Amino acid sequence: MAMSSGDIRKLIESSFPDARVELSSLRDDGEHYMVYVESGLFEGKSRVEQHRMVYEALEGKMGGDLHALIVQTAVKSSEDGS
Amino acid sequence: MSEEEVAERIRGLISENRAVLFMKGDSGMPQCGFSAATVQVLQLLRVPFLAVNVLLDVEIREGVKRFARWPTIPQLYIDGEFVGGCDIVREMFDDGSLEEMMKAKGLQVLD
Repeated sequence: MAMSSGDIRKLIESSFPDARVELSSLRDDGEHYMVYVESGLFEGKSRVEQHRMVYEALEGKMGGDLHALIVQTAVKSSEDGS
Repeated sequence: MSEEEVAERIRGLISENRAVLFMKGDSGMPQCGFSAATVQVLQLLRVPFLAVNVLLDVEIREGVKRFARWPTIPQLYIDGEFVGGCDIVREMFDDGSLEEMMKAKGLQVLD
């Protein structure tokens, strides 16, 4: 059972309201994606913790509906203001 | 085996071996691109590691996901600590921090 990019974006944006999210599909099977998430919520968190937060935002879909998700994260600095 | 016994087995593996990669397939024949990429990084850095093929052991495959609170395979552990999956290992390789860590820990076998 695959996931649409809309589903993924909604789940991530609901956990990271301030985030800039870039999502690209690696294969059009709905199971292989790459996501870039930039959020202030990552401030002070290690890389592992940042990625863990993204996986947790996907509510256990990782490894089940979602076979492969390449995750990239970045801390959004507050001066961005955007 | 109970979940606790599986966790105990995992703790044993990562405490008895300085570098452990839980992966799909073995280091000679990885069965997934992410596992293959991680093996390649460790080989490039000349870090010997114990490869644990989770495809042969469903309990470990699910156990490490609970253990590290990390839903995917591969998983790299150095000195008993979870370092990351393929994305993080590659990111750390690209920015040089992985090599720095291996050097500092004396984990590279440089002939």
